Amino acid sequence: MLNPAPSTAQVVYERPHSLTETVTHYCPGCTHGVSQRLVAEVLDEMGLRERAIGVASVGCSVFAYNYFDVDFVQAAHGRAPAMATGIKRVFPDRPVFTYQGDGDLASIGMAEVMHAAARGENITIIFINNAIYGMTGGQMAPTTLPGMRTTSSPLGRDIEVTGMPIRMCEVLAKMDASSYVVRRSLHDAAHIRKAKKAIRIAFEAQQQGLGFSLVELLSTCPTNWGMTPNQALSFVEDEMLPYFPLGDYKISDGVKGLKV
Amino acid sequence: MAKELLKGNNAIAEAAIRAGLEAYFGYPITPQTELLEHMAARMPELGRAFVQAESEVAAINMVYGAACTGKRVMTTSSSPGVSLMMEGLSYIAGTEVPMVLVDVMRGGPGLGNIAPSQGDYTQMVHGGGHGDYHPIVLAPASVQEAIDLTVLAFDLAEKYRTIAVVLADGSIGQMMEPAELPPMAPLRKQLPDWAVTGEPGRERRLLTSIYLNPDDEELTNIRLLERWENIRSEEARWREYYLDDAEFVVVGFGTAGRVALSAVRAARAAGIKAGLLRPISLSPFPETVVRELAAVAEAMLVVEMNAGQMYTDVKLAVDGLIPVEFYGRLGGVVPFPDEILAEIRRVAAGPIVGQNGHTRQRWLERLSILREGN
Repeated sequence: MLNPAPSTAQVVYERPHSLTETVTHYCPGCTHGVSQRLVAEVLDEMGLRERAIGVASVGCSVFAYNYFDVDFVQAAHGRAPAMATGIKRVFPDRPVFTYQGDGDLASIGMAEVMHAAARGENITIIFINNAIYGMTGGQMAPTTLPGMRTTSSPLGRDIEVTGMPIRMCEVLAKMDASSYVVRRSLHDAAHIRKAKKAIRIAFEAQQQGLGFSLVELLSTCPTNWGMTPNQALSFVEDEMLPYFPLGDYKISDGVKGLKV
Repeated sequence: MAKELLKGNNAIAEAAIRAGLEAYFGYPITPQTELLEHMAARMPELGRAFVQAESEVAAINMVYGAACTGKRVMTTSSSPGVSLMMEGLSYIAGTEVPMVLVDVMRGGPGLGNIAPSQGDYTQMVHGGGHGDYHPIVLAPASVQEAIDLTVLAFDLAEKYRTIAVVLADGSIGQMMEPAELPPMAPLRKQLPDWAVTGEPGRERRLLTSIYLNPDDEELTNIRLLERWENIRSEEARWREYYLDDAEFVVVGFGTAGRVALSAVRAARAAGIKAGLLRPISLSPFPETVVRELAAVAEAMLVVEMNAGQMYTDVKLAVDGLIPVEFYGRLGGVVPFPDEILAEIRRVAAGPIVGQNGHTRQRWLERLSILREGN
């Protein structure tokens, strides 16, 4: 007979209740699982799981609704901020968040995210930037770095023809009504902890009615980058960070006053 | 409620509000802008949601989000704006959430003009967005009917979890007529059991239009089509004028139907046994009554403010039983009753069978002659 567990035993780490037990479809080394876990942990800690409404986007994040154990809707490509607006305006007391990739948010959904920020829409956007279209198989995104090879820039992104990558945080911070706009990275444990804190602040800001919050997370796509998981983490640190500097691009006075 | 002198766009907006509208999202476009303006003033004072969106694309997706919560929600636009909404409409249809769209049609294609047209018949009745889905489409011919059909649209949309469209045109939207508004209905307290509301204490809910497994998607399509068959058998609506002994049946909807009624009355005065069938529901199309009329009439004349978009559906319903002629004006031109009377006289003079060319081809020739004469 096994000894009973010592009475002092306690759970110090477990699956967040805001995640379902579904096995994700993400590739090895992809950081979607990390970012979704962080969001789920924050929802747990704030006691929001049963009241939150998520808006899934189109891309690899299309199945986010399968992994979060909260009410969810599925938006058309790029339209998640508009859909979130519709929900928030009729249920202003519910925490409403979108989870969008860079193709979804920074290309086809540029108008929707800019105007959600311009309205100061009281929603939270989790923005996954991995500099490529993942779901469709690795095409050039508006965030693809100069010279980066993708299936639609096979010789490397030619900035003479395709222009320069878009830095969304820098753009959105210029919108007067945006409240909390920050960029974090998921390439190592220390940065992951900082990313979680930012997500927490974003949801706290929404719960306090402080308006538009967006957390950009620099993420990996080893499969479409043609790298191992470790190489992909190094790529984020060595190549993406210089072009997409981490930082707090917009912290409104209201958010400054938050105690988290 | 007493009758008031009301402008169509304002009347539609106020009717929706009184029917319990809880959220409105729209974008300015002539000739429906007064509708948005009415909402901008009224919705906030009632504590209800109003957003002027950055585009029709955003407006329809805001509607999509709010519709997923089970609240009464609508948007309004005009032809080019409705074209922009097609993506969202397909998603809404695929997600099976109810909403009301008012399309105050204008001349097209392209930027066209801001004059009344019926050029969106095909765009609305036969889909427009991708995939197999059928919205309910209701066509008013007066301000009063626009009010009544707007209220009905909400009930039908929610009953069948579908899109319901009020397909008006610029003249209905801009015209002032005496009409009676409904009393203010209380907002619904209970939301449907599929609504995504972030309500604690129950299993999570999910609303989506994605079914990656083709088998599941086929099943979803079948469910939509079975619901549509139910709508087809239950919700066909039309108005009949002088049809009891009519030998020549004019078919027209909305403003074209209203103008055609004057022509039918003139024809009756001239001793021609003409009558008018005015479809109210363009989708479902009242094909059974068209078929019944085809069994007893000598010929039909379809009158539209487009190039014969409903004409095709009339032809299908008639199924070759009798000749079906067409007369239309295009690009924002509204036909005069005299033009339609001349067409009724021509059809009544018969025979039509054996004439050269296709119906539309012969109509275009007559239209060219008419325009040269002007």
